[in-house]
Amino acid sequence: MNVMNPTRRALLQGGSLTLAFSLVPPALAQKAAKQEGAPLPGDLKLHPKISSWLRIEEGGKVRLLFGKVEIGQGILTAAAQLAADELDIDMKRLVIVSGDTRVVPDEGVTAGSQSMQYGGVAVRIAAAELRAYLIARASEKLSVDAAKLKVVDGTISGGGKSITYWDLVEGQKIDIEATGTVKVKEAKDRRYIGKKVGRLDIPPKATGALIFIQDLRPDGMLHGRVVRPPAYGAKLVSVDRDVATMPGVKRVVRDGSFLGVIAEREEQAIAATDALRRATTWDLPKDVPTSDTIYDWLKAQPAKLITIKDVASPLADKAKKVVEAEYRRPYHMHATIGPSTAIATFAGDGSVLIQTHTQSPFETAAAIAQMLNVSKDKVQCEHWQGSGCYGHNAMDDAAADAALLARYVTGRPVRVQWSRNDEHKWEPYGSAMVVRVKASVDEKGDIVDWDHTIWSTSHGTRPGGKAGNLLPAQTLEKAHPLPTPVNGGAPNYAADRNGIPLYEFPGTHVRTHFVEKLAARASSTRGLGAYGNVFAIESFIDDLARAAKADPVEYRLRYLKDPRAREVLQKTAEMFGWTKWKAAPGKGRGIAFARYKNLSTYTAVAMEVEVEKASGAIRVKRVSSANDAGEIVSYDGIVNQVEGGIIQSLSWTLKEGVRFDEKGVRSEDWTSYPILTFSEIPPIDVKVIDRPGQPFLGAGEASQGPTGAALANAVMDATGVRFRDVPFLPSRIKAGLMA
Amino acid sequence: MPKLKVNGRAQEVAVPDDTPLLYVLRNDLKLNGPKYGCGLSQCGACTVLVDGQAVRSCVTPVGSVTGQDITTLEGLGTLEKPSKLQQAFIDEQAAQCGYCMNGMIMSAQALLNKSPKPSEAQVRSALDGNLCRCGVHNRVVRAVMRASRGA
Repeated sequence: MNVMNPTRRALLQGGSLTLAFSLVPPALAQKAAKQEGAPLPGDLKLHPKISSWLRIEEGGKVRLLFGKVEIGQGILTAAAQLAADELDIDMKRLVIVSGDTRVVPDEGVTAGSQSMQYGGVAVRIAAAELRAYLIARASEKLSVDAAKLKVVDGTISGGGKSITYWDLVEGQKIDIEATGTVKVKEAKDRRYIGKKVGRLDIPPKATGALIFIQDLRPDGMLHGRVVRPPAYGAKLVSVDRDVATMPGVKRVVRDGSFLGVIAEREEQAIAATDALRRATTWDLPKDVPTSDTIYDWLKAQPAKLITIKDVASPLADKAKKVVEAEYRRPYHMHATIGPSTAIATFAGDGSVLIQTHTQSPFETAAAIAQMLNVSKDKVQCEHWQGSGCYGHNAMDDAAADAALLARYVTGRPVRVQWSRNDEHKWEPYGSAMVVRVKASVDEKGDIVDWDHTIWSTSHGTRPGGKAGNLLPAQTLEKAHPLPTPVNGGAPNYAADRNGIPLYEFPGTHVRTHFVEKLAARASSTRGLGAYGNVFAIESFIDDLARAAKADPVEYRLRYLKDPRAREVLQKTAEMFGWTKWKAAPGKGRGIAFARYKNLSTYTAVAMEVEVEKASGAIRVKRVSSANDAGEIVSYDGIVNQVEGGIIQSLSWTLKEGVRFDEKGVRSEDWTSYPILTFSEIPPIDVKVIDRPGQPFLGAGEASQGPTGAALANAVMDATGVRFRDVPFLPSRIKAGLMA
Repeated sequence: MPKLKVNGRAQEVAVPDDTPLLYVLRNDLKLNGPKYGCGLSQCGACTVLVDGQAVRSCVTPVGSVTGQDITTLEGLGTLEKPSKLQQAFIDEQAAQCGYCMNGMIMSAQALLNKSPKPSEAQVRSALDGNLCRCGVHNRVVRAVMRASRGA
């Protein structure tokens, strides 16, 4: 939030939000209400009042209130493009407020590549409806037929007369609800949607202007830090040193196993927590799963069996051969570059304002209220941008830490930024998974029946209004235990996301062994189960194509009926130069496809690799990817998301896996958990097919799955060996090639 | 009491000599450019220039850079008047979250100070110690190449 609104605080405190409006002419309001339109799209259904989203404000401004938040995906710019275009105003007139629980519509969590599908579309329709309403009022006021009125940058004119939005509504409250009857602009009339518009937040970020929560320094701010336990489930036995006398220390807080420090300066808080940590004794649980035993552990746990598809094959008698294989992915970190940060400030009345980069301001506020044992209205969250998160990292835990510390120093803002070690060791990872795929094929190698079985822990322990999902709340004297995790159901799914192949096989069976216990802390990580499931499906079908002596693209097309899916796959092959490609020793090519969640963006990825047999080192030479994300609002925004996803997924697949044992997480910094660097990153060509008039599909997570599988397929092509365990470390590849 | 020269201005700060430069720049001088990323000299988010060279401010004691020319992101240009390199990052839309961008720009500036016309391989090698998790590496390289062409 806070891209460009220096007066926001004044507005919030001065009450001018309410002062600017009074009543709508009743006749108009009734007319609007009587019309019957299409069902309202996206989050407009939840918040049909136009004033929940947009307000014509004095000074020639329009306030855009948005419940989704910026996490580096460019959503605020896209929302501004939609609002400005449909409302016919210059983008500069927009004052954007997002993720502030005091003023914005509750749009739940900014996750699942759904911000455009739910939030973007709501803003777009709200703006179109507001424009239509303002034109109707101008028509009455100017006595000019509405059809003759035009709008240019908020000035309505026609029949030789004109009036601005601001003069038209001055002093009046616009109290209308969306009707579902207003059409959005045609492509030819658009100024911003689908056009090249620079991200609003990049210039401030490139020049060091205040925009990140990490840079917020309210007057009187103190620095808090927390001593985290050495391992999961560890209990604090004793603290053998009083650090209260160390320089700058204001307060040492202990509540059960929650141990923290508040100090005047950041480095003093760090020094005091380091000293405290050395003076602590902990009880560690025994016989815990480790990263070495995780796959056996997953399969041995009691689990809920969830079947999401079970269609028997009518051609079962044609089956000549049954093949099966098992694929494994470890825990992956979100691994944000800027550790999680929050600032909490208690007021004298016991209420607390939390400045946070949470993806779920309303639900996090509710969870913190439960943790503090206060009513919900006592906790408000104000979103500020943080470092990229790629899902649920420690954002909410830092907010809870700040609240737990700040309550001891009412009136003083307390800033908590997690250390690198804490972020690496305590964020909730993307869950490890085992996926077994089994297929029966006929004599020509065509698929008769497909069977997909998943073993996984939870992919979703977001706050959801429950204190037990907040890490520090689990460690308090009056502890809030982690609620039993559940697997997300249709249509998005969670562990089983993309478990159902988009391919149309005669028979398909998909089930999950959902393990409720956690081995390592886990929650939503870019794509959830889609990464592991697509990795398995797309590796397996590649081998079936090979066994059938078919081209991998042609073989996939036999089962891919959706024309948009086919086009994405074919276009990717064409971009890559699939048919012209020449094999050479050590070189390989691979391709993979998925439609994210089977309802979001279509993505195919092709790549070329070189594998050095002596060392097992894989070098990705180039990547091509075609995508279909529905109607395009920001072409470059989609390219950026897809390309970033390709790089992140290459990093997961080539390098990453969280190491942990009975002493705790051993992946504690960038040396023990390395990620891909500049010199390892190939040229990447991303293209997006525009589908004007089609719904926005959301592209933030679409390339995670196909990338991992395309890499595996390229390595197979280069070496003749199928690797089914991520990551593809040189040691593992070398061992596989020697075997 | 260390005496510093930051972005061309003399500054005096009341902190012990062993205080990491990063916290002095951020908390005493209220500069937003240099970011805390790891405190271990592993990620590059805290990079500043000291006498034109890229330095990791998270592991640099403030007492070790007294009297030297310290430049932060703010010293290159402003929102109203960005430097050529900052403008190139904006033109190439070389960011997603933008948290690592300070380090990218400062490390690239140090490279351009030494080699105004670097090859793409030189840019990649100079930025290899700067981590980005969003995956905007290729955009960053394009931005640096653009700035070097415009120089």
